[in-house]
Amino acid sequence: MQALEENQQRYTVSIFTEDKVGLLSRITAIFTRRKINVDSLTVSETENKGISRFTVVIRTTPDRIGVIVRQIEKQVEVLKAFYYSDEQIVYQELALYKMPTEAFAGSQVVEKIIRDNYARVITIEPEFIVIEKTGHEEETMKLFNELKPYGVLSFVRSGRIAIAKPMKLLKVHLEELENISAF
Amino acid sequence: MGMLLQEEAELSTAINSQTLMGECIMEKKGISGAEAVVLSLLAEGVECVFGYPGGAIMPVYDALYDYRDRLQHFLVRHEQGAAHAAQGYARVKRRAGVCMATSGPGATNLITGIADAMIDSTPIVCITGQVGKHLLGTDAFQETDVIGISMPITKWNYQVTRAEEIPEAIAKAFYIAQSGRPGPVLVDITKNAQTEIFDFQYRKCTKIRSYFPKRKVDLSAVERAAALINNAERPFMLIGHGVVLSGAQAEVKEMAEKAGIPVASTLLGLSAMSVHHPQYVGYLGMHGNYGPNVLTNECDVLIAVGMRFDDRVTGRLDGYAKQAKVIHIEIDPAEIDKNVKTEVAVVADAKEALQALLPLLEVKRYPEWMAKFKECDATEREKVILKDFAPTTSLPKMAEVIRMLSQMTQGKAIIATDVGQHQMMATRYYEFDEPYSNITSGGLGTMGFCLPAAIGAKIGCPDRQVVAVIGDGGFQMTLQELGVIMQYNIPVKILLLNNNFLGMVRQWQQLFFERRYSSVDIQNPDFVKLAESYYIPARRVDNREELGKALEEMLNSQSAYFLEVMVEKEDNVFPMVPSGASVAEIRLE
Ligand SMILES: Cc1ncc(C[n+]2csc(CCOP(=O)(O)OP(=O)(O)O)c2C)c(N)n1
Ligand SMILES: [Mg+2]
Repeated sequence: MQALEENQQRYTVSIFTEDKVGLLSRITAIFTRRKINVDSLTVSETENKGISRFTVVIRTTPDRIGVIVRQIEKQVEVLKAFYYSDEQIVYQELALYKMPTEAFAGSQVVEKIIRDNYARVITIEPEFIVIEKTGHEEETMKLFNELKPYGVLSFVRSGRIAIAKPMKLLKVHLEELENISAF
Repeated sequence: MGMLLQEEAELSTAINSQTLMGECIMEKKGISGAEAVVLSLLAEGVECVFGYPGGAIMPVYDALYDYRDRLQHFLVRHEQGAAHAAQGYARVKRRAGVCMATSGPGATNLITGIADAMIDSTPIVCITGQVGKHLLGTDAFQETDVIGISMPITKWNYQVTRAEEIPEAIAKAFYIAQSGRPGPVLVDITKNAQTEIFDFQYRKCTKIRSYFPKRKVDLSAVERAAALINNAERPFMLIGHGVVLSGAQAEVKEMAEKAGIPVASTLLGLSAMSVHHPQYVGYLGMHGNYGPNVLTNECDVLIAVGMRFDDRVTGRLDGYAKQAKVIHIEIDPAEIDKNVKTEVAVVADAKEALQALLPLLEVKRYPEWMAKFKECDATEREKVILKDFAPTTSLPKMAEVIRMLSQMTQGKAIIATDVGQHQMMATRYYEFDEPYSNITSGGLGTMGFCLPAAIGAKIGCPDRQVVAVIGDGGFQMTLQELGVIMQYNIPVKILLLNNNFLGMVRQWQQLFFERRYSSVDIQNPDFVKLAESYYIPARRVDNREELGKALEEMLNSQSAYFLEVMVEKEDNVFPMVPSGASVAEIRLE
C-alpha cells in the first residue's frame, strides 16, 4: 500500500456516469492534472442500464478532496460523485495467484495456507493451480507473502470496489439535484 | 443488501431518458450528413461561421456552398483565428460563435482558442472534420485524436461516426455551450458521416439527465447573504465575467445604489458597470487599481458575483481578505471554496441571485468607507497616473493614447485587447461606459487573441465602433487575419501600440531579473506597409501633436483602418501586485 504523505488521506471516490466513450479520460485527467496518483480505478456497469460506476482510490488532503469531486461532478456526463474515507464504505479487492501444481504435491502446507486465509482454488491444471482470494489489500498481500516461498508464478490484484454505508440512494441524490436545479 | 439493490434499480424509472429533445423544428428527407450539419446550424439560428476547409471537412464545405446566401462563412487565415473570431462574436452577441476546421492540423490549430474559451467561459461550437470511421486509429493522413487532445479544454466533446447522430450531437453542443457556465464544445465528424444519406430531423436539446447547468436561487442562502450585508460596516462587491454573461449589469447597479456598496470589477467584468458610476471604485488584479486591491484586505464583507478568485485577482491566497466574511454568488458549484473559503455561497445565475437579494437589502451609505477608496485613488493618481501621462520623451505614452481614444469614443466603443502592457493600459484607462464592450483574453492571456476576436466582434456587432488595441509582439501572432478584414471589408479599427518590445516581459525582466533583457527586443517589420499590402488604409504616428488627428481619422474611417502609434519604449505598468505577493503588497512604483 502506498504510504500517505503528511495531511493526506486515502479516499474512495464513487462516480456515477453515463456509459460514454471518453469519460474515463475526462475523469482521469482531473486527477493527473493535479498530480494526484490514482491508486486504483475500476469501472463497471451498475444495476441501472446505461449508468457506469467508477471506483477510484486516491490520496489527497481533506481540503482538496471536495474541490476535486466537484470538478468531476461538473463534467456534463457525470451524474453524481461521492467520496468516502475507508470507514464509510464496505470494500473488497480480488486477487489471483498462479502456483505450480507441484507446490501442492507431497505436502499439505500450501493447502493449509489457502484454508487459513479463506482463499480458494478455482482452477487445477496439470502444470498450475489458480487460487483466488477476496479481501482488503493487507489480506491479499499477506496470502501472497505466505505463498511466495512455494513459488508464485503470477500474481494479480484488482482495483478496489466499494459500496457506501450511508443508506441514501443515488436516486434520492439525483432527485434532490433535480429539485434544486432550474432548466 | 437485497433491498438496496432493488431500490437502486428504480433509478432508471426515476430519471428519464438521457437527453430530452424538443419538437421537430426542421426536417428534410434523404440528405447527406454534411447538409445536415449546415441545416442544424441554421436551425440553431447561426448566421455565420469562421473556418478553413480541408480534406476531411470537404463535404461540409460543399454543402455550405448551397447555403451560402443563408449562412455566411468567413475564411480565416489560420484556424486559431477562427476560434478567436468565434469568441469575439460570442462575447458581443451573447450566443455561441461557430468555427470549423478540417482534421489533423486544422483541428490542432483551433486548440489555443478552445483553451482560451474554456478558461474565460466563452460559448463556442467547434466542428472538425475527421478521417473516415474505418481509418480511425490507423494513423491515416491528417488523423489526429482531437477528441483526446481537446478533452481537458472543452466543456464537452463528441465524435460523430454516423450521419444519424449529427442533429442530436449539434443540438447538444449548442445547449451545453450556452447553458449554465458557458464554454467551448467540439463535435468531430468523420468523413463517412458527412457523406452518408439519411432522413434529417432537427430538435433542440432541452435537457440532459446528467447535466445540471443552473440552480434555482436558494432563498435561505440569499437571506443569510442579506443579513451579512445589512450588518456590514465595510461591504465590498466584486463583479466578474459572470455578471456580463448573465446580463446582471442593471441588478449590480441597483444593488450598489441601494445598499451603498463600493463595486470593483475583474478584468473580464469590465464594462459591466460604467466607470463613471459613483459606486464604481475601479478594477482588481495584478495591474488593477490601488484602492480595490488594498482595501480588499480591509472590508468586512466581501460579495463576489460571477467571478472565480483567479490568482491574478487574489495574489497570495493566505494574504487575501482573511478578515472578511465572503459571500460568493456563482453559477458553477465547483468554484465554491476552490480558492477562497466562503461564509455564504449562492450557487445561481448572477442576475437571478441579485434579483432575489435586492429586496432584502437595506438602504445604506458608508461615507467613511467610500472615502477610503477616494484616498487610495488620490494616492494612485499622484504616484501612478500622473506619471502615466507625464511625457518623458517626444513619444506618447500608452496611457495618453488610450485616454484620447476613450474621450473620442465617449467610452462607448468595443475595445478588444491583446496581451501585455497595452492590454493593462487599455483596460486601466479606457473609461467603459457601455456594457459588452471589453473583449480580452483574461484567464489564458493569449497573445494573438485581439485581432481575430475584434473581427468576430465587428461581425457580431456591425453597428458599434470596434477598436483592436494591440501590441507589436502579439499582432505578429495572428496578423494574417488582416486578410479577413480585406476580403470581407470588415471595418475594424486597429490601434497598434508599438514599443518595439515584448513590453510586459521586458517589465518583468527589469523589475525581477535585474534588467537582463533576454529576447524581448523584437525587430519589427514596417507595419504600415504590411497593412497597406492588405489594402487597409494605414498610418504611423510618432509624436503627440499628430496623435489626435490620427485617432480621429481612424475612428471616422468608414473602412478598416490601421494606426500604428510609436510609444515610449520602456514604460512600465503600475500598480503591480508582484506574483506571489499579497494584494496588500501592491507596488506603486
Ligand atoms: C502566446 C503567448 N506567448 C507568450 C506570452 C507571454 N507574454 C505575455 S505579454 C508578452 C509581451 C507582449 O508584447 P507586445 O505584444 O508587444 O505587448 P506589450 O507588452 O509590449 O504592450 C509576452 C511575450 C503570452 N502571453 N502569450
Ligand atoms: Mg510591445
